[in-house]
Amino acid sequence: MSTYTSVTDDDRAAMLAAVGVRSVEELFRDIPEAVRLGRPLDLPAGLSETEVYDHLRALAARNVSAEDEVSFVGAGMYDHYVPALVDSIVTRSEFLTPYTPYQPEVSQGGLQVMFEYQTAISELTGLPVSNASVYEGPSAVGAAGYLAKLTNGRPRFVVSRGLHPHSRETLETLSRGYGTTVDEVPLAAGVTDAEAWAAALDSDVGAVFLQQPNFLGAVEDLEALAAVARQHGAIVICACDPMPLALLKPPGECGVDIAVGEGQPLGNRLDFGGPSFGFFAAAEAYLRKMPGRIAGETVDEDGRRGFVLTLQTREQHIRREKATSNICTSQALNALAGVVYLSWLGRRGFVELGELLLQRTAYARERLARVEGVALLHEQPVVREFAVSLDAPVERVIERCAELGINPGYPLGRDYPEHPNGLLVALTERRSRADIDRLAEALGVAVAAEREGVVEVGA
Amino acid sequence: MSAVDVRQTAQQRESATTIYEKSKAGRRAFVPPPVDVPERPLDELLPARFRRTVEAKLPEISEPEINRHYNRLSKRNFDLDTGFYPLGSCTMKHNPKLHERVAALPGHARLHPAQDPKRAQGALELMWNLERALSEIAGLPHVSLQPSAGSHGELAGVLLTRAYHEARGEQRTKVLAPDTSHGTNPATVTMAGYELVKLASNADGGIDLDDLRAKADDDVACLMLTNPNTLGLFDPNIEEIARIVHGVGATLYYDGANLNAVMGISRPGDMGFDIVHFNLHKSFTQPHGGGGPGSGPIAVSNRIEPFLPRPVIVRGEDGTFDFDHDRPKSIGRLRGWQGNFGCFVRSYAYIRSLGAEGLREASEIAVLNANYLLARLREAGVAEYLPVAYDRLCMHEFVLSGAPMKRELGIKTLDLAKRLLDFGYHPPTVYFPLLVDEALLVEPTETETKETLDAFADAIADILREAKEDPEVARHAPYTTPVRRLDEARAAKQPVIRQPL
Ligand SMILES: Cc1ncc(COP(=O)(O)O)c(C=O)c1O
Repeated sequence: MSTYTSVTDDDRAAMLAAVGVRSVEELFRDIPEAVRLGRPLDLPAGLSETEVYDHLRALAARNVSAEDEVSFVGAGMYDHYVPALVDSIVTRSEFLTPYTPYQPEVSQGGLQVMFEYQTAISELTGLPVSNASVYEGPSAVGAAGYLAKLTNGRPRFVVSRGLHPHSRETLETLSRGYGTTVDEVPLAAGVTDAEAWAAALDSDVGAVFLQQPNFLGAVEDLEALAAVARQHGAIVICACDPMPLALLKPPGECGVDIAVGEGQPLGNRLDFGGPSFGFFAAAEAYLRKMPGRIAGETVDEDGRRGFVLTLQTREQHIRREKATSNICTSQALNALAGVVYLSWLGRRGFVELGELLLQRTAYARERLARVEGVALLHEQPVVREFAVSLDAPVERVIERCAELGINPGYPLGRDYPEHPNGLLVALTERRSRADIDRLAEALGVAVAAEREGVVEVGA
Repeated sequence: MSAVDVRQTAQQRESATTIYEKSKAGRRAFVPPPVDVPERPLDELLPARFRRTVEAKLPEISEPEINRHYNRLSKRNFDLDTGFYPLGSCTMKHNPKLHERVAALPGHARLHPAQDPKRAQGALELMWNLERALSEIAGLPHVSLQPSAGSHGELAGVLLTRAYHEARGEQRTKVLAPDTSHGTNPATVTMAGYELVKLASNADGGIDLDDLRAKADDDVACLMLTNPNTLGLFDPNIEEIARIVHGVGATLYYDGANLNAVMGISRPGDMGFDIVHFNLHKSFTQPHGGGGPGSGPIAVSNRIEPFLPRPVIVRGEDGTFDFDHDRPKSIGRLRGWQGNFGCFVRSYAYIRSLGAEGLREASEIAVLNANYLLARLREAGVAEYLPVAYDRLCMHEFVLSGAPMKRELGIKTLDLAKRLLDFGYHPPTVYFPLLVDEALLVEPTETETKETLDAFADAIADILREAKEDPEVARHAPYTTPVRRLDEARAAKQPVIRQPL
C-alpha cells in the first residue's frame, strides 16, 4: 500500500494528547453508530507505486490510440500535435497544483495567464469579452443558453441540426431545468436549411444556436443566418472550432452575440474526451451576466500592475441563488495550454496551419471522392473535416480499415440516421499526404470487400 | 519587517509584461510541416466572403521567449508543491507525481473519445473500476462519471431529482439548503429551475430540525446537504434529517466536497442520501490546476438510476465493456463525450495506491491533523482572538471567527490572511461559511506533517502578537509577494479584461 501521510506512532500519541482524546476513533464520535460502515471498504488492497504503474500501463495498452493507428477521427476533438513546450509548462507545479486564485498577491502567474488567454479568445472570435474558461464545448453551449434565458427569458430556443449532437443534447438537458423548449432546424445540402430556419423563428425565440463549421464539416453562411435571427430579436450563439478561426470570418463580425467552443484543438491532448476547456466570448452587453471566472487588470497599493478575479458579483460564491451560473472549478490549466499553444503558433503560424489544413482537407476530399463506392455527402466549402457517404455498411468498413491500421473517421449513423453510412473524416497537420493516400486505398479495399460480401450473400 | 520598509524584491521590481507586449513582428516559434499536396487557390476552397480580412493578433515571439515568459509567470504563483495550503473546503492534499505519469501514457492521452469501445477496452475498464470503487465509497449502487466538477455534479443531481419527481407525475417547486451551504448549491437550485428555501442552523452548527420540519412539505423536491458540513462538523441528526426529507417524498442530496473526512468510515448512502457528488479534484487528488480541471462524478440509489446521464458503461457477459446510449428515461447529456477521463486516470491510480485501508487512514489523519491544529492554536494562545466558531471536536476542517481579533486588535480576517502570505503560507478560506463572522475555514489535510502544523500555528500566534503591538503591519500586508494588495474595486468599475492590441 502506498501512503502519503507522515504521522509516526509518536506523532499520533502526542497529537491525540494535545487534542485530549485517547484514540483516533474518538474523534469520530459525532457519527452515529447506525451510519458507520463498521467494516473495511470492499476495495482491492493498496499497491506500491510500481504495481500501480504496471496496472495502469496494462490498461492503457488495451486502448488503440492515435499513437497506434493512422486516425482521421475528429467530430469535435482532434489529434493535433501538442508541442513539447506546452507539456513542459502545464506540468510545472506552480501551474499544476494551486487552487483557483483566491489570493491574487500570490497568484499573479495564473491570473495573468487568464488575462492573456481572454485576449487570445477575444482575438479569435472577434468579440470583446471572454471568460477564463468553462468545462468544455457542449457545456459551453448549454451555458450560453442559460445566459440567453437570463437575458430575455423567452420560452424557446432554435438549434441547427449542424450543431454537434452532444451540444444539442446538453442544451436540451439543461434547458429542461429552466423550462425552455428546443426546436431543431434541419440541414439541406449539408448546411442549415435557410427556409426552415426563417420559418422556425418568431418573437418567442430567445436564442438560436449554430456551429461553424457545422458537424458535417460544412462552412455555414453565418452572416445570413444570424441576420434572420436578429430580426426577431433572438440572441445568436455560435459554437466554433477554434482552429479554422485562423481563416474564417470571426463570429463577432458575422452578427454572433456569443461565441463558444471546444478548446481541445488548442494544445490539449485527446484524453479520451477530457479534460479540455470550453471557451466563451460575448459582446460587451453580456459582460455582467457571463458565467465563470474573469481576470481583470488593476494596480496594487504601490501602483504596480497586477491582475485579479473581477466582476465576481456574477458568481455563486457572492450571489448564491442569484448568481448567473453555478460554475466554480473550471478548466484553468487547459486554458493555459491553449494560450501557450496559440503563442507558439503565433500570428503567422496560426494562419499557415489553417491553410495547411484547408489544402490537405481539399486534397483528401477529392481523393476520397474518386474511390469507388465513396461519395461526397455535401459539396459545401470545408476547412478541416468533411463528410462522405459509403455504399457499404460504415461500421464494417471501419472494422476492415482498422485491420489495416487506419481509423477512417467518425460514423454518422447514430447521430444522423438520415446518413446511415455517412463518415466524417478529419485532418490535422499530423496526417500527411501519404497517410491520406493510404486512407483512400484502405477505404477502397474495405468498401469493395463489403460490396462483394453483399453480392455473395445475395447470390 | 515594518510597513515603512520600501525595499523591493526582484519580483516586485519587475513590472508585469504580457506576452503580447513581448511580441515583435517577424518572430516565430512554430514551423509548419510542408504542404505536401497540390496547392489550390484559396478562393477556390473558401470563398472570400467567409474569410477573415484581419489576422487574429496573436503574439509574434520565439520559443525561448515563450518558455521564459511562462516560466517566470509560474514563479508568481504560490503552489501546493512548495507550501502549506490549508484552504478550507478545497482539500489541498499532495498530488502524487505518479498520477501525471500514468495519465500521460499515450494509450490514455492520445485516445480519441470517439474510438470504438471495442478498441478502448482499457479505458472503459478503468472507468468501470473507478465507478465500482466510488460506488463502494459512497454506499450507493450506481455511478455516472460524466459531470465535470462539483457544481456540475450538483446540477446533474438536481436535474435527476426533477426527472424522478416528474416520472411520478409530481411537479415540485422548492429545494432546501442550509445557510452554511456552499454558493454552488443555491446557484444550482436556480439554474435547475427551482426556488431555494434556506434552512437555519442550530446552536451546534447542524440543521435546525424544527426549521426543517416546518419547511419540509410536499412541494419540496430535495434537500442539499454537506456532511460534514462547511463548518467541519458532522451533523449527528442525519438519520432524523433523512427521515423528515424522505417522509415528504423529497430526495436527499450529498455535496461530497467534504468526503475527505469520512472515506471508509461513514458512507452517504448509509446516511440516507439518494444522490452524491464527488470532487475528484479534492478527495481524490486530481491537481487543481489553478482553477481546474476537476471532475464531479455522481453516485445514486436504485430509484434514481433510470434517469442517469447517458451513455452509461455496461459490462457484457463475456466481460467486455460498452457504452449504452439507449436510456429512454435519462436526463440526457451534461457535456461532450464521457467526462474528464484524464482525471479518472489520476483518481483511479490514487484509489488503487491506497486501497481500502489507505483511504480510511487518509480520512483518519485528515481529521487528526485538523483537531491537532485546532488544539495547537489554542495552546499558542490564539483562541482569545480567533475562537473556534463551534467548540466541539471537528472533522477534517474547522472554522475560526476573527470577530474578536477585529474588535480587540483592529485587524480583520483579510489582514491576517494577507500577513500569512509574508510568512510563506497560503491562507485558509476566508469569509466562508457566511454564518460565521470574519470566518477562517482551515483544512490542513492528511498529507501535512505535525511540524508543518506546529509552524503554522506559531505563525498565526506571531501575527497576533505583532498586531497587538502594531496593527498597521498586518493592515498593509503583504510586503514580500510579487505584488501587494490589489485594487479590486477599480478592476470591477472599469473592467480591463483583455489586452488592447
Ligand atoms: C462545499 C462545496 N461544495 C461544492 C463545491 C463546488 O465544487 P466545484 O468547484 O468542483 O464545482 C465546493 C468547491 O469549492 C465546495 O467547497
